[in-house]
Amino acid sequence: MSDKMYLYPLWVRIWHGFNALFFLVLLISGISMQYADLKYSFLPFDWAVLSHNISGVGITLAYLFFLVGFVLSDNKRHYKIEVKGLCGRLIRQMQYYLFGIFKGEGSPFPVTAESKFNPLQQTTYVAVLFVLYPMLILTGFPLMFPEIIIDNFFGIGGTLLTALLHSAVGFLSSLFLVIHIYFATIGSTPTSNFKSIINGYHERH
Amino acid sequence: MVKLTKSLVCLLLLSVLIVHARATDGADNSQCLQCHGQVFYEYHNEWTDQVDRKPLNPFHYIDSVKMKSSVHKMFACIDCHSMDYQTFPHSGELRLEEKYQCMDCHGGDETYAHFNFEGIESAFQESVHYKSSDERFNCWMCHDPHGYELALRQDKPIVEVVTLSNKMCTSCHDNKFKYGLLSHDDPVDIAATHAWLPNREQHFNKVRCIDCHTKVDADLLISHNILPKEQALRNCVDCHSANSVLMESLYAHRAKESRAKSGFFNAVVLNEGYIIGANRNKTLNTISVILFGMLLVGLLVHAVLRMIFSKNK
Ligand code: HEC
Ligand code: HEC
Ligand code: HEC
Ligand code: HEC
Ligand code: HEC
Ligand code: HEC
Ligand code: HEC
Ligand code: HEM
Repeated sequence: MSDKMYLYPLWVRIWHGFNALFFLVLLISGISMQYADLKYSFLPFDWAVLSHNISGVGITLAYLFFLVGFVLSDNKRHYKIEVKGLCGRLIRQMQYYLFGIFKGEGSPFPVTAESKFNPLQQTTYVAVLFVLYPMLILTGFPLMFPEIIIDNFFGIGGTLLTALLHSAVGFLSSLFLVIHIYFATIGSTPTSNFKSIINGYHERH
Repeated sequence: MVKLTKSLVCLLLLSVLIVHARATDGADNSQCLQCHGQVFYEYHNEWTDQVDRKPLNPFHYIDSVKMKSSVHKMFACIDCHSMDYQTFPHSGELRLEEKYQCMDCHGGDETYAHFNFEGIESAFQESVHYKSSDERFNCWMCHDPHGYELALRQDKPIVEVVTLSNKMCTSCHDNKFKYGLLSHDDPVDIAATHAWLPNREQHFNKVRCIDCHTKVDADLLISHNILPKEQALRNCVDCHSANSVLMESLYAHRAKESRAKSGFFNAVVLNEGYIIGANRNKTLNTISVILFGMLLVGLLVHAVLRMIFSKNK
């Protein structure tokens, strides 16, 4: 055990807590609606609709809070992707996860106060926060107020199209979540990263 | 014997009417409509020798445009009402006149066998309306004699089918004067009693009242047995699932006619709507389950390898 670095400011941790909670509710209720069935259902359908609506609004508010924090604080420096040589760095990080990690090598991009994410983390966070989330929100709200959706979009039902997009993006986000949680167990100990996102301090190897 | 003469009269009337219809495509009702098609009516008062102008009782108003699209558009007013209405003021006794009922004309008629009027009548006689009104409730109370048109059977767009059918119910349940003909209570507020239904307006535009308030009846295109409210459909999954009950009611007609091949459950709905839970795409579902499974297996293998290698060190 050695020195600790304060990497996750309070507002990030607060956002992250709410975000994770709402996301889990959305995921469970979303799957439950998609696979609604007379005999077996995750959640009763009306509960699923209600909790999905509430946490959908909740996660949107949390997201707006994150955007404000993003703009106002200097946490955004961790999200600036250096495009030059990105491919090479992504490959190095993948090689580490596929081989290096088993040989006991150190991470090729160790966590520093200046850059807390490795290139893979960085790109997936940016992709999820600035591509998937806006798409989820932009398709989710029309489904909550379906009367605003155009009935027919080049021969395909507008609601159908919106719903297909919404569930596809939701599915991708659920893949992200599983990967995200799994890779969070790769720290100095399997639980240390989880402690970090709660107390803010990163433990070094 | 009385019944036989009545039927004979009806048969005669019918044949005359049908010939009449083929010839004119809609009767000339202008004499009656100059009063009954207006908000105000005028007549020459013989006692004062003046023209009187009066507001027409809105319940006596007849929408001539709606009448032209109704199934009985070819009828003249006096085919159903007494000839004596041609004089004004109408004789007071006329209001005692007995009205024709659907079965007087359509009962036992082969031409209309596919509608199964007899089946409809007996289902109707089981309904809460008939039973709780001392049999005063009749078919005309839903089927506007001056505007009823076929909806579902005519393959009108679903939204139109739903609007036409639901208006039959709301014309009374949202109107304390019509409702008051049958009950001493005011009608309960339909929006309030259905507040438990999310997106209520959307639902009322896309499903019929009878889809929840009747049970599917295989012999009838339109179930007519309105059940007590305790037996109404409340379970969302009855509609929002792969085996949606709507496929046997609102969409039954379409489902039978187009067995279109498509990767979706209940694909017929998709031309005009989308029902969560009932319109899943089979291919996308399979792909997503496979991808998710592969990811889990991959991560599991990675985790196991990590454990083995960390022990070996
Ligand atoms: C000059 C205006 C006028 C004309 C023309 C007229 N009506 Fe009327 N009608 C009325 C008014 C006013 C009432 C309501 C008062 C009453 O019953 O006399 C009424 C009432 C009625 C009623 C309802 C009676 C009841 O109380 O249930 C019927 C049915 C009716 N008319 C049919 C006809 C038919 C059919 C014609 C055409 C052959 C016709 N009327 C022509 C003015 C008119
Ligand atoms: C298919 C038969 C039919 C035709 C055609 C018809 N009526 Fe009627 N009409 C009825 C019946 C049945 C009632 C009684 C409705 C009830 O009991 O709810 C009625 C009721 C009425 C009433 C009383 C108000 C009411 O709604 O109870 C008026 C006024 C009236 N009709 C006028 C006319 C006029 C004017 C025409 C022609 C433009 C016409 N009707 C054509 C069957 C018909
Ligand atoms: C006075 C006799 C009469 C009465 C009463 C009557 N109908 Fe009709 N109905 C007819 C005739 C005649 C036709 C055929 C009209 C045509 O061919 O244009 C018809 C047509 C129809 C049709 C359309 C059939 C088709 O294939 O297009 C329906 C549905 C219908 N009636 C339902 C009813 C209902 C419901 C009632 C009672 C609320 C009723 N009718 C009362 C005589 C009557
Ligand atoms: C509580 C309201 C109500 C009552 C009462 C009622 N109906 Fe209907 N009826 C409807 C509705 C709603 C439809 C659906 C309209 C459509 O889609 O064409 C319908 C449709 C019909 C159809 C068309 C069915 C088809 O196969 O296309 C017939 C015929 C009919 N009713 C006859 C009757 C007869 C006869 C009675 C009286 C014994 C009656 N109805 C009483 C509400 C009612
Ligand atoms: C999604 C299913 C559904 C639809 C659609 C629906 N209802 Fe209901 N309705 C119900 C249920 C369930 C109840 C029982 C509610 C209760 O007891 O709290 C009910 C209750 C009622 C009651 C009794 C209210 C009372 O408290 O006495 C009336 C009247 C009624 N509905 C009319 C309508 C009419 C009219 C429409 C169409 C405009 C309609 N319903 C559409 C499910 C439905
Ligand atoms: C002419 C008026 C009228 C029309 C049209 C009408 N209703 Fe009703 N309805 C009533 C009245 C009156 C009652 C109350 C009966 C009683 O005393 O319980 C009632 C009761 C009900 C109830 C509650 C039964 C209960 O258990 O308390 C339901 C559900 C209902 N109607 C549904 C419908 C639907 C669905 C339609 C259309 C297909 C419809 N009604 C059309 C007058 C009407
Ligand atoms: C009688 C069948 C039926 C029942 C019962 C029913 N629904 Fe629906 N629901 C539909 C239909 C049809 C639509 C509209 C689909 C469309 O827009 O084309 C719909 C739409 C919805 C929508 C809007 C979806 C969107 O974005 O288009 C929600 C949310 C919903 N239902 C939830 C529920 C809940 C919760 C319940 C139970 C309390 C329920 N439904 C009961 C048939 C039903
Ligand atoms: C139960 C669910 C979740 C758990 C247990 C969890 C866990 C963690 C952990 C341990 C960290 C710190 C380590 C790291 O940076 O990788 C972290 C950070 C992060 N998580 Fe999650 N997470 C969850 C859900 C989510 C979801 C749904 C998102 C969606 C966007 C998300 C986005 C992020 C981001 C962007 C960071 C970095 C925050 C920053 O420092 O700026 N997490 N999470």
